[in-house]
Amino acid sequence: MTALAVEADGLTRVFDGFVAVDHIDLRIAAGTVFGFLGPNGAGKSTTIRMLCGILRPSGGRASVGGFDIARQTEQVKSRIGYMSQRFSLYEDLTVEENLRFFAGIYNVRGPQRDARIAWALAMAGLEGRGNTKAAALAGGWRQRLALGCAVLHEPPILFLDEPTSGVDPASRRNFWEMIGELAQRGITVFVTTHFMDEAEHCDELALIHGGKLVASGSPSALKEHVARTLLEVECGDLMAAYDVLKLDPAVASVALFGNALHVTAVDETAARAAITARLAARGVELRRCERIEPSLEDAFVAIIEARAAEEARAEGGAQAAGEVRAAGEAHAASEAYAAAPPAAPDDKRGAPER
Amino acid sequence: MPVPTPAIEARHLAKCYGATDALRDVSLEVRRGELFGLVGPDGAGKTTLLRILACLLAPSGGQAVIDGIDTTADPAAVKSRIGYMSQRFSLSETLSVVENLLYVAEVWGVAPGARRQRITRLLEFSRLGPFQDRLTRNLSGGMKQKLALAACLLHQPRILLLDEPTIGVDPLSRRDFWLILYDLLHEGSTILLSTPYMDEAERCGRVGFLLGGLVIACGPPAQLKADLGVVVLELRCPQPRGAQRTLRRVAGFESTVLFGDRLHVTLPRAAFDAAGTLERVRAAGIAIDRWRVAEPSLEDVFLAYTHADAQAPGRSPSHTGARTAPAGGSPAPAGGGGAPASHP
Repeated sequence: MTALAVEADGLTRVFDGFVAVDHIDLRIAAGTVFGFLGPNGAGKSTTIRMLCGILRPSGGRASVGGFDIARQTEQVKSRIGYMSQRFSLYEDLTVEENLRFFAGIYNVRGPQRDARIAWALAMAGLEGRGNTKAAALAGGWRQRLALGCAVLHEPPILFLDEPTSGVDPASRRNFWEMIGELAQRGITVFVTTHFMDEAEHCDELALIHGGKLVASGSPSALKEHVARTLLEVECGDLMAAYDVLKLDPAVASVALFGNALHVTAVDETAARAAITARLAARGVELRRCERIEPSLEDAFVAIIEARAAEEARAEGGAQAAGEVRAAGEAHAASEAYAAAPPAAPDDKRGAPER
Repeated sequence: MPVPTPAIEARHLAKCYGATDALRDVSLEVRRGELFGLVGPDGAGKTTLLRILACLLAPSGGQAVIDGIDTTADPAAVKSRIGYMSQRFSLSETLSVVENLLYVAEVWGVAPGARRQRITRLLEFSRLGPFQDRLTRNLSGGMKQKLALAACLLHQPRILLLDEPTIGVDPLSRRDFWLILYDLLHEGSTILLSTPYMDEAERCGRVGFLLGGLVIACGPPAQLKADLGVVVLELRCPQPRGAQRTLRRVAGFESTVLFGDRLHVTLPRAAFDAAGTLERVRAAGIAIDRWRVAEPSLEDVFLAYTHADAQAPGRSPSHTGARTAPAGGSPAPAGGGGAPASHP
């Protein structure tokens, strides 16, 4: 039995009567890359802030590294590294000065300090760049430096809150290779992301919506939530096809996916026939219609939409059943929960790209 | 018949900040009604280009022309034709949704009689109607981005310049945002947007790839992928992380990357031999559960072009002259005809 790095029971946080995090249970084994997913304002950052001992829970309990987050905050803080979606470095300091600064904060001293700084520079691929001002680093490299700072004191548990927001694809890939290396060393990585391709790299995932956990499991387990057949449709006018298909009763839902449409079918044969007929009637060229395995994005959307539709029904909402945008609106309504101000999307960078 | 004026034209645009060349020589044209995507690594010059086109920055060289009008000759006329959405949220956090829109309407001098009607329509369009009285600081990330888009549509521009509009937005809200963009296209708008999401770039009619202040490739996504001259061998195997490390040390398999639980090995299309390749993978000690040959994605294109850059952490790439093709251990395009068009 592996030790649990993070354990939460009924963890809850209320802000002014608004329940931001609602009775969350978590069990994360040591050495796991754990992806925490959910829409904007769902309660991800609030949960992380509680687990890091920065924010007191209103109810429930949790332990991190075996220490209680409410009563043993100092022990918790010494065992975690934290990197937020904000750029959390000092731009006017050099790469090495930033690392020295964080070494000071984390009480890493003496010869150990120099060894750790050298290690962090190597891990981040920043050897020989110690004298560069942090402000002069491109976005992806700053994130790597920030990660280096967060692991200077060798914490066994790492919390990364949207670490790759606003980072280009190549840098994201490098960043995730760093995460993979840390996991290989036995470090537990708790990470949030809006990039579903990144979520594929996680061992375990949990999906939070409106403050509640709505699904959890491995990436492949989460994909099993897409119970219906998924068809990928490549065609001429994408939006014309979207408009006619979403009205067809054989189609459960239709969504844009890259330059194709993803159609969930109530019955595959009926849906295929409907796609062929509807597109022909509308004069849209059908290039390809193929059954595919759902992606994590399909799973994410399916789970949230099902949940939002459920909530809308429970509230006696007037959303027209079966209409795709109804689920979207229910989602918009659930976004109204965002009273606990989620970090603004503009927080992602310290300085504009130049 | 006269050729219609392009909606957006960049002619040999250059911009330097001190000794740093943010843009070196950028020429591109966006046709009316087109959805054009701008991609490239951080620091490639995407924001600089959009800011010049939006009359927020003066170019150091070259010319930016919007709707036939030079941005430096008549910025007021240009600004009335464009909607610009910056990366940084720039509306007031302490005003409500509708107050922000009223404020922007006043800044644009929208006639008082037309304001309410226009705002009502935009609220409906962006599906922010139910939240119109909510304080902006209490909106979620996705809703803020929709509000920012609505605000830049108040003066009814036909040309939109959007700088990474979906960053920090969850997958569901991102789909929502794109439905709005498609509606705008349907109404005849021209959209130039930058994005770090390759699935968004896939939706664009054409994509321009910016690197080190130059457009190094430009064309429809399918063409960019074909020009790469590669195939992707997708492998499912036990212990993919370890297998990736092993394969990367094998000659010819340096460009092995992990996509979730699958490995993608990029190989030249010209000499591709599936059976022989699989044999070499197995010879390296990798067990293969399943495999298939896939076409490269735009992300593969992106990685191919940025590979060399990713090796150097500097903000300002120091290469001189146009980059033509990825080099080194990257998935280099197969020789002859496969090399992406370089610029200039």
